[in-house]
Amino acid sequence: MAEAASTASSRSAALIEVRALTKIYKVGVETIHALRGLDLAIGRNEMVAIMGSSGSGKSTLMNMLGCLDRPTGGSYLLNGRDVSRMGAGELAQVRNEEIGFVFQSFELLPRQTALENVELPLVYAKGGGRGRRARALAALDRVGLASRVHHRPNQLSGGQRQRVAIARAILNKPSILLADEPTGNLDSATTTEILALFRQLHAEGQTVVIVTHEDEVASHCQRVVRLRDGRVLSDLPVAQDSAGRHLPGVSALAGAKGGAEC
Amino acid sequence: MLNPLFWLQAISLAFSQIWANKSRAFLTALGIIVGVASTTAVIAALTGLRARVLTEFESVGASKFFVFPDRPDNAPRNLYPFEKIRVRPEEALAIKEECTLVKAVTPITEVGLDVQQGDKIIDGITVAGIWPDWHVVQNRFVVEGRPFTQIDEDRERQVCLINSDAITELNLPSNPISESILIGGRRFAIVGVVETTQARFFGMNTSSAEIFIPFSVAAKMQDRNFFMRVEGLFTSPDVAEDGQEEVRFVMRRMRGVLPGGVETFNVAAIDRFIEQFKALAAGITAIAGGIVGISLLVGGIGIMNIMLVSVSERTREIGLRKAVGATPMAILLQFLLEAVTLCLVGGFIGIAVGRLAAFGLTKIPGAQLDQADIPLWAVALSFAFSAATGVVFGMFPAIKASRLDPIEALRHE
Repeated sequence: MAEAASTASSRSAALIEVRALTKIYKVGVETIHALRGLDLAIGRNEMVAIMGSSGSGKSTLMNMLGCLDRPTGGSYLLNGRDVSRMGAGELAQVRNEEIGFVFQSFELLPRQTALENVELPLVYAKGGGRGRRARALAALDRVGLASRVHHRPNQLSGGQRQRVAIARAILNKPSILLADEPTGNLDSATTTEILALFRQLHAEGQTVVIVTHEDEVASHCQRVVRLRDGRVLSDLPVAQDSAGRHLPGVSALAGAKGGAEC
Repeated sequence: MLNPLFWLQAISLAFSQIWANKSRAFLTALGIIVGVASTTAVIAALTGLRARVLTEFESVGASKFFVFPDRPDNAPRNLYPFEKIRVRPEEALAIKEECTLVKAVTPITEVGLDVQQGDKIIDGITVAGIWPDWHVVQNRFVVEGRPFTQIDEDRERQVCLINSDAITELNLPSNPISESILIGGRRFAIVGVVETTQARFFGMNTSSAEIFIPFSVAAKMQDRNFFMRVEGLFTSPDVAEDGQEEVRFVMRRMRGVLPGGVETFNVAAIDRFIEQFKALAAGITAIAGGIVGISLLVGGIGIMNIMLVSVSERTREIGLRKAVGATPMAILLQFLLEAVTLCLVGGFIGIAVGRLAAFGLTKIPGAQLDQADIPLWAVALSFAFSAATGVVFGMFPAIKASRLDPIEALRHE
C-alpha cells in the first residue's frame, strides 16, 4: 500500500487515478476476484500500454477505465471526478464526453456511411448536434479518410474501418482514447499504419491507453503496465520493459519503422 | 436531456429497420393491418347505414308524432272493443286546439274506393281523408293548383288532390286541374297535384297512385266507426318528449282516463326510433371495437416477438451505442419508437385497406351504402390504438435492450 500511495502522490495531477480497485464477479456459486486492489495513475497526454495474460484482469480494468462497469471496491477518479459510484445514466454521459473507444472488431454500424458512423456519439451528446457534420468531417480528415466519407463499412478495408472507428472515438475530444486490441484483426502492414495513427494523435496531445497482449504493439507506447492476478505486476517506461526489445535500434526487426520516439 | 439529433436518428433508424426487413415487418404488422382494416370497414359500413337510415327518418320528419289506438297489454279483447278505443275526429281537434307544442296536426283515414275517369276504372285505390295541415305534417305540397283549405273541410266540398302516378294511371291530361273524377260513385273536382316524394321507408314505397279528399268528406263515406289515426308535427325535434306528454295529457282527458288508469291509445314519436337505431349502431360499433381490441392484442404479441428478435440481433449495436454514451433511457426510447413506428405503419396500411373496402361497399349495387366512409374519429382512433399497441408490446423488449450490460453486449456473437 505504501508503494501505491507514493505512486499516486507522484502523479497528483493525474488524469486517471485508480486506488485499491477491486472487482468481484459471482458466477453461480463461484466468486472470481478479477481485480484485487489495483492502483494505477495515468497522466495527461501519456501513451500507455496495459498488458497481461488472459485472466490477469486486463479486460476488467479496461471496462473500469472506460466506465463500462463499476468496481466492487476502491475508487476511480477520472479528471478529478469519482466515477466509481455513478449511476448508469451518468456513466453513459461520462463515456460520451470523456472516453473514446476503439475495439478489436471495429464495431461500425453496417448500414450507415463512414460519416454517419463517426457522428454517432453526437446523437447521445448533451449539447446536441450543432456543427456535427463539420466535426465529423474534421475527425475523418484527422485519420486520413477525408475521401471515404460516404462509403459504407463493407466498402472499406479493415484498416480503413479501424480509422473510421478511431475518428468516431476522437470526435468528442475525449480525455482518454481507450483501445482494446485495436490491431487484433489487422495484418501487420495495417497494424503499423494504425499504430502510427495512434502515435500521431498522441503527438497532437491525446492521452492514449492501449490494451494489448502483443509486445510489438506495446512497444509503440511510452509506458507499459503489466498485470497479473488482478494487480499491477510491473509499471515501467517502455525501454526498461521486455516490450522494449521491439524498439528501433534495439531490435533489428523493428528497424524499418524508424522515427518512433515512444 | 435527449437532443433533437437523437430523435431524428431514432425515427430514421426505425424506418430504415422496417425497410431493411420489409417482408418480416409486413408479416409482423399483418395482425394490426387486418385488425384495423376490418374495424374501419365495419365502421364505414355502419356510417353508411346510419346516414341512410337517418336520412329516411329525416324524410319522415324527426319531430313527427303519431296517435293510434292501442289495447293495453294482456287485456281481453272484449273489454276494449275497437269502437271504444278508436281515435275520434274530436280528439284530433282537441290536439289541434290545446297542444301548444304541436305545430300542425291532421287526422288521416284511408279507404279503398273505385275511381273512375271517363271509361277508365281503377278498383280499390287508397283514398285518404286529410286536413289542410296534412301538407305541413307530411312535408308534401302541391306542385300545381291549390292545396285544401279550411273551407273545403268545413263545407265538405267534393274536391280532391292527386299525385302524378294517379294522373298516369287514370289517363288524365298532364294538367288535370278542374277535371273531375268519380270516387266511390261521387264526382270530385281535381283542385291540385301533390308532389310525389320518393320517400322509401325501409322499402315501403309510397309513390304509387294517391288520391286525397277532405277528411270530413272521407268520414261521411265510411261506417260510423271508421278507422283513423292522427299525425302531427311538434314545433321542433327538441320538444318531442314534452310534446308527447302534452298530447298524452289531452288524449287522457278526452277519454276520461283517471290517474293510474289504462291508456287505450299510443303516442309515438319518430324521435324514439332514431334513439333506438342510434343505440343499435353504438352497440355494433362497440362490437367492432372489441374486434379491433382482440386483433391488436394478437398483432401486439407479434410485434413483441419481432422486437425481441431485433434486440437480440442487434445486441452488439446496443453495446456499441452504450459505449459511445447512449443512456439506458435513450436505448429504451429508440426501441420503443421502432415498435410504435412499426405499429403505425401497420395502422396506416390497415386504414388504407379499410378505405378501399369502404369504397367497395359504396359500389355494391342495391346495398344503398353509398355514404359508407371512414369518419375522421375512426382514423384518429385507429392510429391511437396502433401507437398504444406499439408502446404496450414494445415496452418489454425495449426495457430488455436498455438493461443490457454494454460489456456483455459487445462480447455477444
